[in-house]
Amino acid sequence: MAGYKPVAIQTYPILGEKITQDTLYWNNYKTPVQIKEFGAVSKVDFSPQPPYNYAVTASSRIHIYGRYSQEPIKTFSRFKDTAYCATFRQDGRLLVAGSEDGGVQLFDISGRAPLRQFEGHTKAVHTVDFTADKYHVVSGADDYTVKLWDIPNSKEILTFKEHSDYVRCGCASKLNPDLFITGSYDHTVKMFDARTNTSVLSVEHGQPVESVLLFPSGGLLVSAGGRYVKVWDMLKGGQLLVSLKNHHKTVTCLCLSSSGQRLLSGSLDRKVKVYSTTAYKVVHSFDYAASILSLALAHEDETIVVGMTNGILSVKHRKSEAKKESLPRRRRPAYRTFIKGKNYMKQRDDILINRPAKKHLELYDRDLKHFRISKALDRVLDPTCTIKTPEITVSIIKELNRRGVLANALAGRDEKEISHVLNFLIRHLSQPRFAPVLINAAEIIIDIYLPVIGQSPVVDKKFLLLQGLVEKEIDYQRELLETLGMMDMLFATMRRKEGTSVLEHTSDGFPENKKIES
Amino acid sequence: LNFRRAVFSADSKYIFCVSGDFVKVYSTVTEECVHILHGHRNLVTGIQLNPNNHLQLYSSSLDGTIKLWDYIDGILIKTFTVGCKLHALFTVAQAEDSVFAIVNKEKPDIFQLVSVKLPKSSSQEVEAKELSFVLDYINQSPKCIAFGNEGVYVAAVREFYLSVYFFKKKTTSRFTLSSSRNKKHAKNNFTCVACHPTEDCIASGHMDGKIRLWRNFYDDKKYTYTCLHWHHDMVMDLAFSVTGTSLLSGGRESVLVEWRDATEKNKEFLPRLGATIEHISVSPAGDLFCTSHSDNKIIIIHRNLEASAVIQGLVKDRSIFTGLMIDPRTKALVLNGKPGHLQFYSLQSDKQLYNLDIIQQEYINDYGLIQIELTKAAFGCFGNWLATVEQRQEKETELELQMKLWMYNKKTQGFILNTKINMPHEDCITALCFCNAEKSEQPTLVTASKDGYFKVWILTDDSDIYKKAVGWTCDFVGSYHKYQATNCCFSEDGSLLAVSFEEIVTIWDSITWELKCTFCQRAGKIRHLCFGRLTCSKYLLGATENGILCCWNLLSCALEWNAKLNVRVMEPDPNSENIAAISQSSVGSDLFVFKPSEPRPLYIQKGISREEVQWGVFVPRDVPESFTSEAYQWLNRSQFYFLTKSQSLLTFSTKSPEEKLTPTSKQLLAEESLPTTPFYFILGKHRQLQDEKLNETLENELVQLPLTENIPAVSELLHTPAHVLPSAAFLCSMFVNSLLLSKETKSAKEIPEDVDMEEEKESEDSDEENDFIEKVQDTNNTGLGEDIIHQLSKSEEKELRKFRKIDYSWIAAL
Repeated sequence: MAGYKPVAIQTYPILGEKITQDTLYWNNYKTPVQIKEFGAVSKVDFSPQPPYNYAVTASSRIHIYGRYSQEPIKTFSRFKDTAYCATFRQDGRLLVAGSEDGGVQLFDISGRAPLRQFEGHTKAVHTVDFTADKYHVVSGADDYTVKLWDIPNSKEILTFKEHSDYVRCGCASKLNPDLFITGSYDHTVKMFDARTNTSVLSVEHGQPVESVLLFPSGGLLVSAGGRYVKVWDMLKGGQLLVSLKNHHKTVTCLCLSSSGQRLLSGSLDRKVKVYSTTAYKVVHSFDYAASILSLALAHEDETIVVGMTNGILSVKHRKSEAKKESLPRRRRPAYRTFIKGKNYMKQRDDILINRPAKKHLELYDRDLKHFRISKALDRVLDPTCTIKTPEITVSIIKELNRRGVLANALAGRDEKEISHVLNFLIRHLSQPRFAPVLINAAEIIIDIYLPVIGQSPVVDKKFLLLQGLVEKEIDYQRELLETLGMMDMLFATMRRKEGTSVLEHTSDGFPENKKIES
Repeated sequence: LNFRRAVFSADSKYIFCVSGDFVKVYSTVTEECVHILHGHRNLVTGIQLNPNNHLQLYSSSLDGTIKLWDYIDGILIKTFTVGCKLHALFTVAQAEDSVFAIVNKEKPDIFQLVSVKLPKSSSQEVEAKELSFVLDYINQSPKCIAFGNEGVYVAAVREFYLSVYFFKKKTTSRFTLSSSRNKKHAKNNFTCVACHPTEDCIASGHMDGKIRLWRNFYDDKKYTYTCLHWHHDMVMDLAFSVTGTSLLSGGRESVLVEWRDATEKNKEFLPRLGATIEHISVSPAGDLFCTSHSDNKIIIIHRNLEASAVIQGLVKDRSIFTGLMIDPRTKALVLNGKPGHLQFYSLQSDKQLYNLDIIQQEYINDYGLIQIELTKAAFGCFGNWLATVEQRQEKETELELQMKLWMYNKKTQGFILNTKINMPHEDCITALCFCNAEKSEQPTLVTASKDGYFKVWILTDDSDIYKKAVGWTCDFVGSYHKYQATNCCFSEDGSLLAVSFEEIVTIWDSITWELKCTFCQRAGKIRHLCFGRLTCSKYLLGATENGILCCWNLLSCALEWNAKLNVRVMEPDPNSENIAAISQSSVGSDLFVFKPSEPRPLYIQKGISREEVQWGVFVPRDVPESFTSEAYQWLNRSQFYFLTKSQSLLTFSTKSPEEKLTPTSKQLLAEESLPTTPFYFILGKHRQLQDEKLNETLENELVQLPLTENIPAVSELLHTPAHVLPSAAFLCSMFVNSLLLSKETKSAKEIPEDVDMEEEKESEDSDEENDFIEKVQDTNNTGLGEDIIHQLSKSEEKELRKFRKIDYSWIAAL
């Protein structure tokens, strides 16, 4: 025998963002801390070593912030002109930065004056990085050259002059001390090998390259320029793996999450997008107040720091997860009680009788099962239910109507109960997905309570409100129909073979929905 | 299975039930059918155990015989011929050599209970003419008769009377419900009666749901009764348990109620039995009950009210909306079953395979409620997908419509709901079809609706990085001048889609969804539409409501032929080019089998059924048979099943294997090829076609012809929708010409033609008569009507072609 079948609750597609584990993860940050810098924040870099301080390059200063401090712990301001690209060494003790006048300066984190100054570039140096062996620095400049410097004796080792436009971004391989990559405004990304004097690989991005990123394994290269983010397979000789076009303005910065599973890109369109690195689909996106120039993630994604053109640094910290632990845990039955009898081994002559699995029924289903219709309706008209899940209420009303007992369930209510029903109607009557069911219910209510109208001011007011709503809706529908007619006319005069254009009908004209009395 | 109360064997191991002309023996444990007792030549109306020998069973039938069976071996022991129609059978242990039966006396509405003396004789066939009258003016149904207290009295009810006949005193006392006539109790007619096995107590069920327990009825004055009321609708059947401690009752609510000690307070329920309880019976051993339900099901229930077994036949529904379908996987017949369910019924084993719950809602069995109806269903992609449409229409404007798509799951061997679409159309869906082409990479479904649109749904990949999912979405919406879409059909290779909009057939390219061409026959709304198959795939067939069958050639975009045939059912054979059409006339339904390439039918069977045939389907055979005769070749690969209005499922087959071998006796019988259920009726013998009737119909049609001839060109022009007409200037001269032409032909041709035709008819008739003489031995008169039909279509064609050439030439030019 079939058991009781619960009421089918109508499901509606959830509008807006879908909730996935990614949205949960990336939304789990506190409200951002805003720090005002002196100029556009061109670079943010986290120290790879604890306590994970970060260096912020803005205008002619480099600020070092601690993890939770809103004031800089340290400032390097010995620049004559704009500083660029302050980058930590792998051990977090040295910092290198380029500057507008073509100098590259190396700082000790604890010191104030530069340890080394590499002179050689003739124009602004926009990108600097340490190589994997920690003793060399790579720099790229607007004079189209890329230079490799030796730190101990502050000498220039190599110069590459293969780019034909400004070199604006670059990064060194984390595995091989001789390999590094630069991207230039001549639309190419080149990989250089310090042992060969020439580039070993060159890929054509198609737009001026604003940012490059190597995966920790060194196998994949990500380049950003124009509206595109492109992923290249280095092991296949620079084959294009995927081209992402999710921003609608130039992409300025790239960043990998600490797990390596997600790629983040920031753009001038004020958005940060998070991609999955397996499917290369956007899984999440953040909005910011201004165009984004720089982006960095702390160790374990604890902090997201974004620098913008208006000089504001936005710092978001992850919410601590320890909060839930604080709830006093109720003492549960011991494990023994759960396994009691479960480990009994079946003897030879025993007959096993399974207890039928008890099906869980919702409370309103239980009421309906026992034909307590008014009670079921009361249950779903409870404010907690009507606000959170109006579709359940509507489904129950529909089910009662199907059973032919809706009038019985609605009848015999006092002022308070009827105003519950009316509140619900007023709130949801005009929604197209609920309208057919609720109009029916409204008609029944009016039929039932017509004789007693005028006895309660509260209910009368609700009825008037409902009337106003219906009138408004009728006007609205009329307007819509007019618009539709106009559009039809336009389409007819255009006489183009453009197929049918889908026009948005909302709920089709409310039937002349009762004259509300009183 | 639910025609009469089921009967348990003495040891409760078997259960017997009547099933059409047969008695079926089921095991109560395994639900398997053990024996089928063949022998009666008409409906079996009653079965009872032989009270003297518990291994024997009596059965009575409308053919006027009582038969005694050995049910363990399934052997017929004796036949008693009574000689009048028996409507029910009762046995009483005390009356050893006689049984009781309900017979019908002269007037159609008066039934009598008689006792039939069964003579003792060793011969197989015995005449039992010795009837003695017991009770008069009783109800036909055996539920209204009960023998009580070891056969001391018999109680019968009818309308407002309870009559009790005492065998010893030979008197009848009659009790009337006094309040029966006043309005308030207008509905307390008796519906059924049961007697306590040991005490003097009669329980009667009433229309208004009350059960009355009568006591002390020996005295006409001092009788008393008590009321038990739980049912809110009519009590369908009552039964006392063997010891008499509890009373079982059932009704429309499909709840079995057990009243303990005959009091209102002690009652127990077994709810949700699925359908109205028709009969309740109790096993003699007392450990089992069984309930027969209106959906052709018997449920065996334990003493503690736990259902233990279900014997399910083909569910009879009030109306089959979905039509007959064949599940491509199981080769089972699929149609509406229980409310909101789709049943899969195996024709080979005559067994219900399973029920698929489509609507998935609690079924409230109440009179006057508008239920959600399962209106359409279709299989697609070799049984991988199932599409169903359900609707509920309370008022004109309030339509609830839902389309569900089910995917076949190999693991669970069943269908799983994949997509649910609310309100796929604004109005009722009229047709549903899948694209079944073999190479199609994407499952495609088309729905046509009364709201004037047809929609194309495709399966899309819904998966993202978190989950894998597929779902159906709407791909294309097409319409044609706001006409209601009535039918849709895919061609065999899936490249073309034909959608009919009232009178117009439109052909769409299934890749680009562009309108390719339209056919307009203005011969009434299109009722059926199908593409030809295999070698005939260039033809499109349409049957209209005005009784015209048209065949269009898709290559030349012109009408190939048409015939006047009031087609009710048109079904293409999946394994061959053949198409079966069943036409409806005043006399009965006729079957025509033809190939689309030629208008001449392959095979005609007149008068397959008196009733209207509602649905038909070709069932592919597992093993192809080889009929050498040309007329039956269409049956080689598949079998044709059809369903009539009275829910009889019939099929065609040649008579029997041994006769098949001799070529002379190729007599086609619409014969039962299956073990029966009540709905497999034997379709009888050939009906001789009467010449008068033929002539009548011929005359009718002859009269009709000139009428349609009168103004064909004018009406053609006037009735063709304006949008398919070229400019008036272009038409004008053509129009005038056609008018002139028609006048000429009329004066010149018509009369001779009519004469010709009549002459031909006469010669035909004589030919037929000759045929008859020749074929007297064979009694083979198939193919009688086909010439005539052909003749008609020919002459009609002549006329129609003439004007079609003129009118449709410009269509080709477009």
